[in-house]
Amino acid sequence: MPYADADLFEYLLRLGDTDVVMAQRLGEWIGHGPILEEDIALANVGLDLLGQGRLWLQYAGEVETRFRSNGRTEDQLAFLRDGSGFRNLLLAEQPNGDFAQTTARQFYFDAWHVRLLRALSSSVDQRIAEIAAKAVKEATYHAERSIAWVLRLGDGTDESHARMQHALDALWMYTGEMFAADPLEETLVAARVAVDVRLLREPWLAAIRNVLDEATLTLPQGEWMQGAGMRGGKQGLHTEHLGHLLTEMQFLQRAYPGAVW
Amino acid sequence: MYRDLILPTAAAAPNVPGLAPLRRAMAAVWEALGSVPDPEVPAVSVVELGLIRQVEWREEELIVHLTTTYSGCPAADMIRTLIHEQLAALGVAHVTLVTQLAPAWSTDWIAPEARSKLRAYGIAPPHLTAERIDVAGISPLRHGTLRVPCPLCGSSRTSLLSQFGSTACKAQYRCDACLEPFDYFKPH
Repeated sequence: MPYADADLFEYLLRLGDTDVVMAQRLGEWIGHGPILEEDIALANVGLDLLGQGRLWLQYAGEVETRFRSNGRTEDQLAFLRDGSGFRNLLLAEQPNGDFAQTTARQFYFDAWHVRLLRALSSSVDQRIAEIAAKAVKEATYHAERSIAWVLRLGDGTDESHARMQHALDALWMYTGEMFAADPLEETLVAARVAVDVRLLREPWLAAIRNVLDEATLTLPQGEWMQGAGMRGGKQGLHTEHLGHLLTEMQFLQRAYPGAVW
Repeated sequence: MYRDLILPTAAAAPNVPGLAPLRRAMAAVWEALGSVPDPEVPAVSVVELGLIRQVEWREEELIVHLTTTYSGCPAADMIRTLIHEQLAALGVAHVTLVTQLAPAWSTDWIAPEARSKLRAYGIAPPHLTAERIDVAGISPLRHGTLRVPCPLCGSSRTSLLSQFGSTACKAQYRCDACLEPFDYFKPH
């Protein structure tokens, strides 16, 4: 199946932007973690995701050079695009909230991310397969940590249980997008470059249901923004939160273009 | 695979008959690379960690295939600089570092001698990844994990403090016998 380099570029932005935005959110915890060990852990998960995001955006920049005379570098892609140019999942840009909300976001994401990367590691695009095979090892470790926290908070005190349940419910609507595919992804799936995320929903659901059962938490049932055809961050339609995140993340390169140290 | 900058070095020996050739013996190259420490775990070298995947000459150019531990490892740029410095000191004029993604780095590649060095340095060496309990989908809190012996007193009465430690590649443990905290190199 033929596909255009421009399609591949868009797909790589979806992968890379999700990692970079998630990493920026996790970085916001530095100095604010509930305990020192968690401060360090959140920063480390963010660091892994930033590294993965760089690998995707470096590749995206190389692909862009094939069809545009002025292809961008990873830094230009991360720091000089406006919000509507970002292709990250809506879940990634949601605010940290309390520790339970960050944990719920990570838990939903990690359980999806591991399955996505595992499938991508057999992409016919060799570079995608190599990046995914490297990243999946890190993502698996992240999933172990987020599962452990969901259990600890869910089956903890009344307060931690209530907050964890609230966080799971509040973020549920943003999980639908992780399993939605548009024509662009369908083209790349047919070419065996991309993963059909619609097929990941059932295994993901089974995995999180197991954890939530053990954690004495309830799987949210909301239907809003669920469905394989929904549009969102991957098409550049974002929540209000992304712009605020970018003003901070991009400040230096916007204020002092090309600054290096 | 993608190429890093080619850094020319001032220490280049002139390629004149009778003078030292630009190429150096492979054993000397590996020895130079073996003297490059991991900046975050200086007890072991980048060779012992398994980061150097292949070294080859292409004419007078030395190609070093390098992999990284974790995707976001902040020491990666420093390691590249140190490699260039060591090879320049050896007199290799043209060095190209090629970053290799696959196969993905594993702690199983850490040499046995290096495991002893890690322990002597105060870091519990990683278990082999095959020994690692698969906790995907189950609770790592409730289903037991591997015993990590204390690198200081040898006791196996230790507990996990945090899944992440001072660097991305380590977890934090505490010895319940000698009460000292220590780093554990995560199996990866």
